[in-house]
Amino acid sequence: MSEPVLSVRGLKVYYATPDGDVLATDDISFDLERGETLGLVGESGSGKTTATSGILRMVSSPGRIAGGRVTLDGEDMIALSDEEFRKRRWSKLALIPQGAMNSLNPTMKISAQIADVVRTHTGAAPDRARVLELFQMVGLPERIYEMYPHELSGGMKQRVCIAMAVALNPTVIIADEATSALDVVVQRVVAQTLAKVRDALGVSMIMIGHDMGLMAQMVDRIAVMYAGKIVEIAPVADMFARPGHPYSKILIESVPSLTERRPMKITEGITHDPRNPPEGCIFQLRCPHVNDGCTKPQPMRELRPGQTVACHRAEELEGAHV
Amino acid sequence: MGRIPRKYLINRLITLALTVLIAASMIWVIPRLSPVDPAEIALGRMASGAGAVANAEEILAQLRAQMGIDQPLIVQYFKYLKGALVFDFGLSTATFPTPVSALIAQALPWTLGLMILSLVITFVIGNLLGALMVWDHSPKLAKVAIPAAMVFTSIPPILSGLLLMWIFAAKLRWFPLTGAYGLTVDPGWNWAFVQSVLHHGFLPAMAIVIVTFGFWALGMRGLMITVQGEDYVKLAEAKGLKPRYILYRYMIRNAILPQITAFALKIGLLIAGQVLVERIFAYNGMGKLLYDAILDQDFPVIQGVSYVIILITALSVFIVDLIYPFIDPRIRHEGG
Repeated sequence: MSEPVLSVRGLKVYYATPDGDVLATDDISFDLERGETLGLVGESGSGKTTATSGILRMVSSPGRIAGGRVTLDGEDMIALSDEEFRKRRWSKLALIPQGAMNSLNPTMKISAQIADVVRTHTGAAPDRARVLELFQMVGLPERIYEMYPHELSGGMKQRVCIAMAVALNPTVIIADEATSALDVVVQRVVAQTLAKVRDALGVSMIMIGHDMGLMAQMVDRIAVMYAGKIVEIAPVADMFARPGHPYSKILIESVPSLTERRPMKITEGITHDPRNPPEGCIFQLRCPHVNDGCTKPQPMRELRPGQTVACHRAEELEGAHV
Repeated sequence: MGRIPRKYLINRLITLALTVLIAASMIWVIPRLSPVDPAEIALGRMASGAGAVANAEEILAQLRAQMGIDQPLIVQYFKYLKGALVFDFGLSTATFPTPVSALIAQALPWTLGLMILSLVITFVIGNLLGALMVWDHSPKLAKVAIPAAMVFTSIPPILSGLLLMWIFAAKLRWFPLTGAYGLTVDPGWNWAFVQSVLHHGFLPAMAIVIVTFGFWALGMRGLMITVQGEDYVKLAEAKGLKPRYILYRYMIRNAILPQITAFALKIGLLIAGQVLVERIFAYNGMGKLLYDAILDQDFPVIQGVSYVIILITALSVFIVDLIYPFIDPRIRHEGG
């Protein structure tokens, strides 16, 4: 395989509190291949957004990047100065934000907000035709060129954010729950738009979300996060057919089925204090298959080619239901 | 956006007229609740000047007729309203028989000049400092120095005025102690006069600025903290825009909107607040006029000055209402 476009090694993002650091993202590693879409899933509070804010270097106080390396296109992103990193933003690493509803400046026209990022990074403002081309790519009508954000619907604002993200043909796009604030119909249409734009430009993408159904359609590989750690990474087909980690199994079995009524598997949230995670497996307090070996460190190991998992019982639990 | 719809304009004008009418009525009613007879005050002043006054009753009646206070109240009220329309507030009782309008015409430009100068300076400095208190890229010094400078906000303007006078006029002699312009220059549109006015106006303006910028800075600080947490500011940062551009175009541009409304409302308050500053700098403005009128119980002048203050405040609110949709695209000119 060729060199990954984005490589994250041992990334740690901690939030300082008076009672010790909250290990929001603790020692995560993954690679993003060129042209690939990687899904990052996990329940609320599992550290997905914190992980991306670490990659984007947008951790603000009291948070800090406590360690790790992020390499984009062979360049160490953590070592760059603020000003050098600012220049890499958007031109190499763009973001489709979580709350598109409020992600546009209310006192600037839509077109001006696309123009300013292009002008900052290329030195020249885009002409009207280029902005309209971007609008067309995401299915926005020409008439919004002169409009302000409050004149647009939520779905349209989300499309504006997608158009903005691709304006500079970035190397990597991070889509942070880009569709979760929308109703299901608009969600589907926006997700399709996102997939279409991604395929047309061949951009690599990290997609964050907790909608396993949407992930199944959109991504090539899935990384499952729990309480700040990645517990499993697998190609999407393997993840759904043969999940290796008990937590992945619970997540997948929780996708509601249309034909069969099943009890919810996830009944509680993360149970331990994130300042003081248990020794060994991060999931041991909630895992139905916990045994003595779970208190030993659980490094990510290869279960089968392309599928890595942080569980010492993965093989023996293969096929078992949770 | 674009031009202002006629319906909106008419609505705003009616609101303006009603505001002024109600306020003008109140400043007419309040002095009339006082048991003091202005004619007797005028007579008393004449008596103290002349030693004694013969046929006092006759003179009193004459004075009352001249002041128009011999008529029924309702007639006085409508005469007053009619006069107010053309800025005729009758004659000053303290400097009888100077028309009030002449006194105001002489004082108003000084006050407006001083007020606009100090208000603009304090608005710009206050908001900028308030924004810098929040901005991540501010120099470290700013985050220490600005809150420290805020102690001036708790000083009454009369003390800040005296302090500035003592340092810059008495000790350093950089600025004149009192007055609005030098005695040696010719009032008029010539450079020497303008220079003299600016030179004289600087300390009174600063006396107001150093006690008022904290109001704007603290307000702006709160607004900036709110804006800083907005998703669009975070996205602006992710876009890799230059920090200074984000500060002006994304943060201050949005945070300042409520401050502009406050600016219009402050204008009226500021004239009142200027009273003591004008007094200690012997600056011949509305504040000093009002101060003297209160001491002399000169009701026509008090009424006239109050009316002009109300009118200026109402007009500035009216203007902000008209321009607001141009500064905040989410606000539209709609009827009412």
